[in-house]
Amino acid sequence: MLTPTYYLVLSALVFSIGAFGVLVRRNPLIMFMCVELMLNAVNLTFIGLAWGLNDIGGQVSVFFVMVVAAAEVVVGLAIVVAIMRRRDGATADDLSVLRG
Amino acid sequence: MGLQLFSFLIAGVIIVAGALGVVLSKHPVHAALFLIQTLFGVAVEFLVVEAHFLAAIQVIVYAGAIVILFLFVIMLLGVDNAEDLSIEPIIGQRPLAALSGAAIFGLLMTVIFSASSGGRITGEGSVSLALDATDPTGEVLPNVEQLAQVIFTDMVFAFEVTAILLTVAVVGAVVMARRIPGALQPLPEVLPIGEFSTEDQGESTAVAATEEGEEH
Repeated sequence: MLTPTYYLVLSALVFSIGAFGVLVRRNPLIMFMCVELMLNAVNLTFIGLAWGLNDIGGQVSVFFVMVVAAAEVVVGLAIVVAIMRRRDGATADDLSVLRG
Repeated sequence: MGLQLFSFLIAGVIIVAGALGVVLSKHPVHAALFLIQTLFGVAVEFLVVEAHFLAAIQVIVYAGAIVILFLFVIMLLGVDNAEDLSIEPIIGQRPLAALSGAAIFGLLMTVIFSASSGGRITGEGSVSLALDATDPTGEVLPNVEQLAQVIFTDMVFAFEVTAILLTVAVVGAVVMARRIPGALQPLPEVLPIGEFSTEDQGESTAVAATEEGEEH
């Protein structure tokens, strides 16, 4: 019998993997992908609880999270493009100043 | 074992394998492909609990737009050189990161299992529309209509604000990805209607690529 707890456990697992990736990887693009993993983990939580509590509110929240995630990726990748153009092959370690 | 639980477990294995692939693969393109695997798995999890609209959106927006945007940027920058994972830039970074990840997981599990008594999580919904809400004729509303009903009534202000957010994001992306040779250039002169400038045909493809994913 599937319960919302299954969703919460899976989501906790994916969130931890994403957090580990952000801490370990140095390529800014892969760090972004790990942030996407964490956002998806949160979406899983919302969906599981929306189902468990019989309330559409969780699904509405996921809708807004997706919109914000799309905007975040666009702006973040624009920043990565702007930085990479100045210094080829930059890793997150090289990005210690705000001005390019 | 119910069909629901079976589908959940299969999709769960796919999700976790994809997530590990994203974190552990050397090559950014491989990581992006593993990310697609994870996102499709999440879409299946949405379908398992009958969030049909969000499952479709998950495939279109995440797998269709966001990952393609990642691939565009990877190809555009030529960052197709694999990262050497055997170098550890900061001494002890990996064990500490693994410890932090395990700590986050342990903390979340503690909260989950102390909050749910006997596998059931109870509480009150915040938005007053149940998933099994019915229309006046007594039929259960489809998922899309339920979402629409909440988004365009209770959440309509937030919905309008997202429109502004997306516009700001597009403008910000264009501004940041613009190719500026040397110092800031003056804005191009406004030509009379009917004349076209031939100079800036080769404007950066980066801007086009960045805007591409925004349409959804």
